[in-house]
Amino acid sequence: MPPAVLIENLKKSYGSVQAVKDVSLTVEAGEIFGLLGPNGAGKTTTIRCLCTLTSPDSGKLEVGGASVLENPRAARQRLGYIAQEVALDKMLTGRELLQLQADLYHLPKAVAKDRINQMLGLLDLKEWADKKTGTYSGGLLKRLDLASGLLHQPDVLVLDEPTVGLDIESRFAMWSFLRQLKAAGTTVLITSHYLEEVDALADRVAILDRGVVIDVGTPSELKDKVGGDRITLRIREFTPPEEAESAKDILKTLPFVQEVIVNTAQGNSLNLVVTPQTDALLTVQQSLKAAGLPTFGISQSRPSLDDVYLAATGRTLLDAELASVGVRDLKAEQKQAMKNS
Amino acid sequence: MSGAIIPPKPETSSPQTSQSQINNLLLQQWKAEMGTGAMTAQPPGLFSGEFVQETLALTRRLFIQLQRRPSTLIAGVIQPLMWLILFGALFQNVPQGLFGESQNYGQFLGAGIIVFTAFGGALNAGLPVMFDREFGFLNRLLVAPLASRFSIVIASAIFIAAMSLVQAAAIVATSAFLGAGLPDPLGLGLVAVIVLTLVLGVTALSLGLSFALPGHIELLAVIFVTNLPLLFASTALVPLSFMPSWLQTVASLNPLTYAIEPIRYLYLHSDWSLSSIVMQAPWGGVSLGASLLILIGFSAVSLSLIQPLLRRRIS
Repeated sequence: MPPAVLIENLKKSYGSVQAVKDVSLTVEAGEIFGLLGPNGAGKTTTIRCLCTLTSPDSGKLEVGGASVLENPRAARQRLGYIAQEVALDKMLTGRELLQLQADLYHLPKAVAKDRINQMLGLLDLKEWADKKTGTYSGGLLKRLDLASGLLHQPDVLVLDEPTVGLDIESRFAMWSFLRQLKAAGTTVLITSHYLEEVDALADRVAILDRGVVIDVGTPSELKDKVGGDRITLRIREFTPPEEAESAKDILKTLPFVQEVIVNTAQGNSLNLVVTPQTDALLTVQQSLKAAGLPTFGISQSRPSLDDVYLAATGRTLLDAELASVGVRDLKAEQKQAMKNS
Repeated sequence: MSGAIIPPKPETSSPQTSQSQINNLLLQQWKAEMGTGAMTAQPPGLFSGEFVQETLALTRRLFIQLQRRPSTLIAGVIQPLMWLILFGALFQNVPQGLFGESQNYGQFLGAGIIVFTAFGGALNAGLPVMFDREFGFLNRLLVAPLASRFSIVIASAIFIAAMSLVQAAAIVATSAFLGAGLPDPLGLGLVAVIVLTLVLGVTALSLGLSFALPGHIELLAVIFVTNLPLLFASTALVPLSFMPSWLQTVASLNPLTYAIEPIRYLYLHSDWSLSSIVMQAPWGGVSLGASLLILIGFSAVSLSLIQPLLRRRIS
């Protein structure tokens, strides 16, 4: 059986900007695959190439074995695409929009009618179905957009930043809906710059940075590769710097501690990278106590995907986000502004 | 925000399980058929059921918009009538005979206003598509397995054509009321054919621009610099014989002239035939049939010109 999505050596430039330098990845049928990376990493461009919205400069793209470039209609038939920005005609009702969508995918009339009712029920849109979408809230719009993308029962559902702008409750509901879709056999490909989203949702992750895939694997595999556990320690709620420094000197001497960083942004708390072992927290606390230092808070965790990104690129996702703010292209900004007005 | 995304209930707990299973069966059947069809790289093309289905759906959307936002139609009918009345009054006292065979300027002007109104409507056809593009709605169409993207063009053309026919009917009725008379029934039919042919060609060009230009500001700029110059460089307001010779040449190259002159001729002659000479271009007489062919040719060229633009993926 061919993979649900195959991307090989994808390249795409916009003028002098290389949005995608070299991306290769394989999405297996039935998995949730996450594309993680900061803004400007090339996630959306990759998705747009896959969904036939942008033609790549070079590379191979396949959906369920069908070539996207040679047979775009087959690819379109198998894909459902949910863009980051919900773009619906506000003069149409939800039902009319779904009917239009059904006709664009050439569903027979009887199938379309049943399927529309089914999707309206599934996404709890029934009472809104005959109201104009101009009156919908953000969460409702996203649900209608989902319903329209799933109407033709795509093999692969592609979602670009599906939970940006949604409240926490809607976000969790979206996660649970995507998990159920997966359970029903739909392959899901999502992009996200939220670590916890990809961590919680994706079976496998590709981390993208500046148009290149840095690493691919299950979240757990990627974390194991970085190695070590993380301990976050607060001596006091707001620790004086000199006290933090002396604690750092004490902890550095412990055999299982690999690295100690004083995090000045968070009240001089201490971030430790340690070799995983059962009594690490206790040992840390005891050695501080022996030196007469209290412990306000202490916790241990596995490395996060952010640590994976940090290890590969030397910067955190947040730093990358902030850095990308200054170098965004004007046309995208203009488009964004127009959408919001 | 009212309402989170509610997690769906499992299918098995639904009381309509058997019903939805049947639906899914239908859907599976359809998918199987589509799957085999879509595997062949050749799209179904312009004469397929798929093309009709998507075109009708897109047309329906435009008419729903109009129905819920009728101001465009109301303004679209009032505007040409104002032209007809105000412009007609402006030149009311022009000596007879100055405007060819027409008995008064109002009668002369009718044909020009019909064509110019249809032209203006068609020229603006690209704007909604441009806005769809800017708002991301067009992506919905571009990621769908359309039989042909010409369905977007044809849907717009059908819509603009319907609008133009309503406008033309209002103009014809008003100018008849103002004493300009009426063409014979067959002649009226031919007026409709002329309007529709012009609308198809201009709509295609406007949609081509909406795919090619970067944004609606640029499209509006093109519309502004095209609209009035094409009006003044046509025989809408004055006859060819009235113009300096260079402008006569320009007007004789303007497709609008080949829509205006036949309509004007139909208004004045009930004994028309396709070989009737409807205008005297600098290089000789042009027959009614030849004008029609020129218009059809114009539309065909427009449609084929925009083909690569439609195929190009919009980035």
